[in-house]
Amino acid sequence: MPFLSLKFNLQKRVKLAQGLWMLYWLAVIVGIILFSLGIFFKIELRKRSEIMDNNESHLVPNLLILVGMLSCGLNAFGGKLCHDSLDPQKFSKMKPMLRPYMLLCCGFNALLLLLVLLCFLMQFAVYLTLAEGLKNAIRFYKDTDTPGRCFMKRTLDMTQIEFRCCGNNNFRDWFEVQWISNRYLDMSNDVVKDRVLSNVEGKYLMDSVPFSCCNPGSPRPCIQHHLTNNSAHYDYDHRTEELNIWNRGCRQAVFSYYSGIMNSIGALLIFTMAGDVAGLKYLSTALETMADPENPECESEGWLLEKGFKETLADLLSKVKTFGRANQVEEGGTSPNVTAT
Amino acid sequence: MVVMKMKFPFQKRVKLAQGLWLLSWCATVAGATTFTLGCLLKTELRRRAEVMANTDIHIVPNTLMIVGLASLGINYFASKICQDALDAGRFPRWKNFLKPYFAVSCFFTVLMLLAIIMSYAMKGSLESSLKAGLRNGIRFYKDTDTPGRCFQKQNIDRLQMEFQCCGNNDFRDWFEIQWISNRYLDFSSTEVKNRIKSNVDGRYLVDGVPFSCCNPSSPRPCIQYRLTNNSAHYNYDYQTEELNIYLRGCREALVNYYMGLMNTIGAGVLSIFLLQGSVLVSLRFLQTAMEAVAGKENTEIETEGYLLEKGVKETVMEYLDPVLTFLLLKNKVEEGTAGETTTAPA
Repeated sequence: MPFLSLKFNLQKRVKLAQGLWMLYWLAVIVGIILFSLGIFFKIELRKRSEIMDNNESHLVPNLLILVGMLSCGLNAFGGKLCHDSLDPQKFSKMKPMLRPYMLLCCGFNALLLLLVLLCFLMQFAVYLTLAEGLKNAIRFYKDTDTPGRCFMKRTLDMTQIEFRCCGNNNFRDWFEVQWISNRYLDMSNDVVKDRVLSNVEGKYLMDSVPFSCCNPGSPRPCIQHHLTNNSAHYDYDHRTEELNIWNRGCRQAVFSYYSGIMNSIGALLIFTMAGDVAGLKYLSTALETMADPENPECESEGWLLEKGFKETLADLLSKVKTFGRANQVEEGGTSPNVTAT
Repeated sequence: MVVMKMKFPFQKRVKLAQGLWLLSWCATVAGATTFTLGCLLKTELRRRAEVMANTDIHIVPNTLMIVGLASLGINYFASKICQDALDAGRFPRWKNFLKPYFAVSCFFTVLMLLAIIMSYAMKGSLESSLKAGLRNGIRFYKDTDTPGRCFQKQNIDRLQMEFQCCGNNDFRDWFEIQWISNRYLDFSSTEVKNRIKSNVDGRYLVDGVPFSCCNPSSPRPCIQYRLTNNSAHYNYDYQTEELNIYLRGCREALVNYYMGLMNTIGAGVLSIFLLQGSVLVSLRFLQTAMEAVAGKENTEIETEGYLLEKGVKETVMEYLDPVLTFLLLKNKVEEGTAGETTTAPA
């Protein structure tokens, strides 16, 4: 008793083939979109690799590019199959390729599922890489004369301006590092000497932030120096007043951006795991079971599985068991020799 | 005296009609492109409307949008006409339509060319509009509590950061106005009182610029206050050192941006103008060639096509005459009646 069988006359078969053909070409377009999304994501990761310590994993965009290309190829072939299926001569030529093609499609869907899982799980890796990378970026902000770190200041400034954030967790991260290079500090000045001597490592620490932390939307001209000193500015209380620098930390801001991209990619992938395989199975079985192959207008039956669902599962299990028992038969073959003697 | 006569055997007519049909559909797409380009330019101009004192420059995108829409209609009719052209029975019904159609099409095509010329000619107007708008923007920078000017500060800050510029002509414009609001000045401090008394208008002027003038590419943390005071910063010479604020003025930056945008759009629209012109010329040749076939038994004879029946001046006068007589008509009749009344009694 076939599983989910449907009767098909000529009209219905033609409609099924046409509908499937359109669906396959739509899937080719989606494959192109996936390919370009993969390239976009790769470029976005490379743009900000400096604040991720050049350590970020490109697994998801690379897989996405591969999946996009595979999807284009597979679905174009599927479309060609549908197009040829209504012509009996072409169909008989295509018949041997059907089964491996459907297995390939199932494998491809499994790959898509894996990629969806990766999209959601790799976000943790991105978060950790960002945390580490931003910490180093803030530390190397002042090293504009060290080869390999010349552009760290510029990158971090542009990131803070673009993502409207300040520091790693929040703006207080800037209080803990020396972000002004010694080249611009007057070491003969008493104030400078006091500050440098006041901590163990001899760093010039201040309660100030760089200009890129400033919020243009604030009504007051930016207060970026002496943030915790209420008397340094007129009508200013740093505990009660809304500061005119960004409150958010850059790790949170950049992570929400990347997790947004990855979530949308995951959602699109779930959408593409459509049931093309089911439609193709119906069409192929409908064409195979035509009672009279010479008369194209006869009725036929199409199904998803040849036997019932439980029977097919039992069949598969028994196949797996016989595969396992093949080894056991060989062992059994050796023992009669032992008992005979 | 006919302008540009050409012979058209039957095959050539057929080829002309087919080629024209394809060309007119390309020109329809081009017309839609013109409309889109006009919308794009208008959107870009509106985004920075707060720093422009007047909207004179908007005539360029408005013209482009009108021309784009008109060319959609023109090319639609062109494709319909050339579809009917090869059928000698259907072509005559377009006869009365064609003369005003050509007049309107030529008008809109010339308007397209005018739009391109205007985009270059209005550079001066754009520059003076930006000059006045930026001057006001900088003057009202501190008025974040005045309704209507609350967002001036945010707009100017974002503009300076995005276009990498500072001030109107250059950063010294910030030295000439008070950009720190009185709400944030301690009037009991002697320094503040001195500064305010030191100029006629009683303004608090500083040799400093807002943070949005800072250049992130500079290796040194941003020096934005006491720019002219060498002793205020270590290892700093205002005259010789490369300042770590943007040196370019925002007016220059914006003018360059908009002129670049209009040059690119102008190049595209010029090619669309040539395409549209070729559609109209081909249609004219097809029309005149088919008109010679009308009424003949054998539709496959060779005919002559031309651009203008009379010379250029005479054709222009022919089209302008209806307009002129409409305006002058009243005068002519009045003169005639006055003449009659004077002659009748005599």
